[in-house]
Amino acid sequence: MRIDDHPVLGPLEERKQITIIVDGEPLKVFEGEMIAAALIANGKQYLRKTVKSHSPRGIYCGIGRCTDCVMTVDGVPNVRTCITEVQDGMVIETQLGYGTWKQEKHQ
Amino acid sequence: MIEREIVVIGAGPAGLSAALEAARSGASVLIIDENHRPGGQLFKQIHKFFGSHEHRAGVRGIDIGTQLIEDASHLDIEVWLDSEVCGIFHEREVWVVRSRELSVTVKAKSIIIATGAVENAVNFTGWTLPGVMGAGAAQTMINIHRVLPGKKVLMIGSGNVGVIVSYQLLQAGADVKAVVEAAGRLGGYGVHTAKVRRAGVPFYTRTTVLEARGNDHVSEAVIVSLDDAWKPIPGTEKVLDVDTICIAAGLTPLVELAFAAGCRKVYSPVLGGMVPWHDASMRTNVPSLYIAGDVSGVEEASTAMEEGRLAGLSAAYSLRYIEKDEYDSRFNDALRRIDSLRSGMFGEKRRIAKHAIINHI
Amino acid sequence: MKEIQQELKVCGAPSLDELHASPCYQLPPQDRRALAAVIECVEGIPCNPCETSCPQNAITVGEEITALPVVNLEACTGCGICVAACPGLAIYLKKYLFKDDRAYIAFPFEYLPLPKEGETVTMVNRLGESVCEGTVLRVVKIKKMDRTAVIHCSYPNRFYEEVVSIRRLSL
Repeated sequence: MRIDDHPVLGPLEERKQITIIVDGEPLKVFEGEMIAAALIANGKQYLRKTVKSHSPRGIYCGIGRCTDCVMTVDGVPNVRTCITEVQDGMVIETQLGYGTWKQEKHQ
Repeated sequence: MIEREIVVIGAGPAGLSAALEAARSGASVLIIDENHRPGGQLFKQIHKFFGSHEHRAGVRGIDIGTQLIEDASHLDIEVWLDSEVCGIFHEREVWVVRSRELSVTVKAKSIIIATGAVENAVNFTGWTLPGVMGAGAAQTMINIHRVLPGKKVLMIGSGNVGVIVSYQLLQAGADVKAVVEAAGRLGGYGVHTAKVRRAGVPFYTRTTVLEARGNDHVSEAVIVSLDDAWKPIPGTEKVLDVDTICIAAGLTPLVELAFAAGCRKVYSPVLGGMVPWHDASMRTNVPSLYIAGDVSGVEEASTAMEEGRLAGLSAAYSLRYIEKDEYDSRFNDALRRIDSLRSGMFGEKRRIAKHAIINHI
Repeated sequence: MKEIQQELKVCGAPSLDELHASPCYQLPPQDRRALAAVIECVEGIPCNPCETSCPQNAITVGEEITALPVVNLEACTGCGICVAACPGLAIYLKKYLFKDDRAYIAFPFEYLPLPKEGETVTMVNRLGESVCEGTVLRVVKIKKMDRTAVIHCSYPNRFYEEVVSIRRLSL
């Protein structure tokens, strides 16, 4: 949920909408926001699942220190989504375990 | 390798204040921060600060941050953002990775480390569930990203961070169901607890969280009363309907860089754990290496800014940018301002702890 | 000091006994005609904007900024500058005699939505419990107060001392 108006910070300013792809589905988000913030605002509750027990994880520190929020972004695993800005067309995947790197295709 | 005069690591309240003080003394300063924007955690502090006029009391943290950055833009201060400092070698060589692709080594005449602190976690059943997060993380979400992480919140910990973030969650439109505190007394300033309490939020002392429940996300929390030995009392469990559990269990200084650079360790439980030894001028045992702010012991942003000024001033003086008389007078002014923040029933403990670090042999 | 602060450190809000024992808290006498500032800041935190913001020099903290603020009721004009200046939101204005059997309070408020003038609101005590209904007289939000609104209300004066704020309104 977004905080549209705030007693100290005022109304949310107009921002440009862009589209990211989350687990194959397009999602409209705002330019300049962090991936984790955009996902939580849209009700995506977990960002990855752990390697052994597949238990879900979300943000913990929110400032790029704890790495609980990592996802696979444009094929690169373990990207800290709380401090990485969304880009138009960015492909974001819920990460399982350590994730996998983009593989080179052999002809 | 490139050369710079004073390199400040961290562009939060301490680092910015250090850079400003050094640049005002005539030194040229490079300030490095791994984040995309300067200001550190100041921009989530939307409340008015305590202190007196000279500490910018009554001004909101966000506005102090804006002012510091504005001041820096008029001085000889170079700012590298998206730049991670990965190590300090041979005492004064700072290895930086810029934008995750460019490796640069900066040879500095003087270094000021102002890396801040990170929130502590509390381990309980279900604590890894999404929806359990640091109080500071919730504060970042609501005040910087303008996103509510949840509607119904349980706050663990009643120190100033716990109560200030509870208040700000209410301001953002969330409902804070309770603030629980394991100790017998609430930790935060009474004026903070009072404004949260009159907004209808109950406080429970001698109480802790036992369990977070939920499948993919928190949907319930179980709290329990504690006995005199801090053990849960069976039968006193209470289930709360919450979707978010915030943990405000203190902060730990981000000391990795300082210790890797050779700073001597001193243990200070009051100020957050292991901290680099330093003297009153914020100088460490490593030649030309200074520290400031939470990395030197966790306090408040106002204190961090004063420590930053001390460090910036000391670094500039060591490079002969100011005369001894001027240094002494500005140094004593900063010390006096810092002492007034470390007075009273809350500040006294921090003042004693700080002196113990400074006097540690 | 410690003994009188038990409620504050357990419930989060001070009890009336604790307030009465603090040199900082002075409820304006019932026969006073003008509003006066009431401060509930009993712990000695390092802070003094109440003192420096007062145009009448009616609030004293002193050289040591951890000393408790004290209002000089003779000098206080009830202007309300300190209400928005206090970073702790610990100051409000009160008077017992507003009209008939109604008291008057002006307190800081930093939530949305703001109440409207003339609106009937629920007045609350220090524990956030409903005490009575009140009427909003004015909503002051000026630049000088830096995003802290000050809400003026009237309410039955038999609850003169108990009431400190209003229940937050739902969005």
